[in-house]
Amino acid sequence: MSFQVLVFYSFAAVLIFSALMVVTSKHSVKAALFLVLSFAAASGIWMLLEAEFLAISLIVVYVGAVMVLLLFVVMMLDVDYAALRQGFVSKLPVAAIVACGFFILLYSFINQGVFSDDRYQAPPPKPADYSNVKELGRVLYTEYLIAFETAAVILLVAIIAAIALTFRGRRSRKSQNIQKQLSANKQNRLKVLDIKPVIRQKSDESRPEEEHSKDSNLDSAESEATKSEKAESKSTGSDSSKGKPA
Amino acid sequence: MNESINFSLIYSEIFLLTAICCIMLVDLFQRDRERKLTFTLTQLTLVTLIILGFNQLNMPLAIGFYQHWILDTLATTLKIAIYIMTFIALLYARPFISHRNLMRGEYYLLTLFSVLGMMIMVSSNSFLLVYLGLELLSLSLYALVALQRDSKLASESAVKYFVMGGLASGFILYGVSLIYGATGSIIISEVSQFYSQNPSNLISQFGMVFIVIGLAFKFGAVPFHMWLPDVYHGSPSSITAYISSVPKIAVFGIAVRILMVAFGQSIGDWSGLILIVALLSIIVGNVVAVVQSNLKRMLGYSAIAHIGYFLLGLVPATDASFSAAMFYIIVYALMTLAGFGIVIFMSVAEKDYQNVSDLRGLGRYHPWYGLMFTVVMISMAGIPPFIGFWPKLEIFRQLVLNGYVFEAVIAIAFSVVGLFYYLKVVKEMFFSEVEESPEITESRSLKVALSFNCILLVLIGLMPDSIYDYCLTAFNIIS
Repeated sequence: MSFQVLVFYSFAAVLIFSALMVVTSKHSVKAALFLVLSFAAASGIWMLLEAEFLAISLIVVYVGAVMVLLLFVVMMLDVDYAALRQGFVSKLPVAAIVACGFFILLYSFINQGVFSDDRYQAPPPKPADYSNVKELGRVLYTEYLIAFETAAVILLVAIIAAIALTFRGRRSRKSQNIQKQLSANKQNRLKVLDIKPVIRQKSDESRPEEEHSKDSNLDSAESEATKSEKAESKSTGSDSSKGKPA
Repeated sequence: MNESINFSLIYSEIFLLTAICCIMLVDLFQRDRERKLTFTLTQLTLVTLIILGFNQLNMPLAIGFYQHWILDTLATTLKIAIYIMTFIALLYARPFISHRNLMRGEYYLLTLFSVLGMMIMVSSNSFLLVYLGLELLSLSLYALVALQRDSKLASESAVKYFVMGGLASGFILYGVSLIYGATGSIIISEVSQFYSQNPSNLISQFGMVFIVIGLAFKFGAVPFHMWLPDVYHGSPSSITAYISSVPKIAVFGIAVRILMVAFGQSIGDWSGLILIVALLSIIVGNVVAVVQSNLKRMLGYSAIAHIGYFLLGLVPATDASFSAAMFYIIVYALMTLAGFGIVIFMSVAEKDYQNVSDLRGLGRYHPWYGLMFTVVMISMAGIPPFIGFWPKLEIFRQLVLNGYVFEAVIAIAFSVVGLFYYLKVVKEMFFSEVEESPEITESRSLKVALSFNCILLVLIGLMPDSIYDYCLTAFNIIS
């Protein structure tokens, strides 16, 4: 067993162990940190494949940036991970059967010889001064130029979408929505209520004044109030009604 | 030739991207609440693209960018259809979104970005570019559905759309990775070359099943349809009109590239799958639509049924049947746009009228629009001489010619079931007793656009060759 094979198996063991721990550990921060470990192990394996640039960018991008964001999410959002894991045991048999079936299927595919050694021979090792970055750049800007540009456009869409979905403008803006005011009509502003006249009888007059409003006028008075409120908010436009301080 | 980086092959795309960036900057400095300038620029861009598209129509087939990009009559025809439908969809959207806090520049920007994604999809010649175009389209659509932030229903449907769309993309990617493993290439024409030399093996069939499932998800065909009625119902009506019509044309584009070109040597492997999916869609879509009382959900289920008929056109896998399917999908998009146009038409100011019963009395108080909607419904049901009839006829003809008589009979039988719910809408409009007139939109531009769209359905129905000729040439040249 050469040294490289030894390194491969040790990294692979760490990778499998940490990946399992990501799924099974109860503490969410611990799970995130195990994810970091699995990324590090994976980048070690990539290093063995002579993909130095990808290995380093895996560390920089995933461990450095993505994981920090993930930890922020864990910290700021109070996600109840225990609740998320509910039903883990009860659904385990079905999941295990599907996973096993899939594994057997894939294993039989691999044994079929499509991915055998004589079809895909190991590339000869590159000399020490071989530049990974240069080759990657050459391929990206020639062969995959259009895919590269499309990916850039996708990132632009992501920015626009994120801003469109979260940016709400200045909250205290009070402006008129002229089109809305012009398109107002009687049907959606005025509501004609049918209020029955209150007939006071002689015995009623002896009652205190408060009781009157409670008895008969309460409904109509309330609806009058809400109506005027509605009309006010409509006439000032949508933004001011939205712009109430939270 | 195949390796060259020839920018003249992508000048429509370059123009669109530049225009989007300009519109984005112009929109930033606009104080106009109505976004008139943004709207005008967007529509001008689309009109320019239509002109550019017609210029490209007679160009010979060209492949470039290291075989990743293909420009042929099929791609150009589909692109022109996409531009025209988007143009109509944005016309419909304008009066609707101005009342609903949706009138923002991003609405137009994201729509244009999705158009760019669809353009990339229909003229991609590699699995990588198919995936990237699909993601560009889907990301813009997810954001469009979620744009109505204050509506719970819209947010819910955005999440559903996002999760299901992500799942479908995952399926397609997994299938592509298996195909890449089996054939050693992600270029579609090279994959097809591989199959002409070696017979298809189990692993590539496995990958193909994943790709077919992913496509079925994107089309919303049964049994991968569960997201579709909820999303169509929940998202704002103008966006529903867009997502239910135009993207299907683009997905048809990649379905042709993948199924007909890449797997053209192993038709037997996928046509059975598509046949089952298509028949299930026809049956479930038509039967479930019967019991819907919400107009948007009903149109959603009818969309599932339509997709079923369209997929039947892919089953015989001949050039003629593919062009029939292309005819069907373009006509479907035009009809669906008009169908959801009705929903937009019935939505005034802040209120949304979405129930079939809200149409009650429309035919009596607004006979012209009642007539227009009748045209849409009867056209969807597929009664001659309206446009919906011809592609159905063509698809059934192809099925019978290729020996799928039993399947054609099932499809026709369920098309009769479909007639019931389409005519139910007509009955509500004309024959139900009602005292007062239903409210309709006041926007004159929407009235004109909808009348135009419906008259187009009649006119094309009288001369279906005007579209069908394009579909036929598209397939005679690529094969």
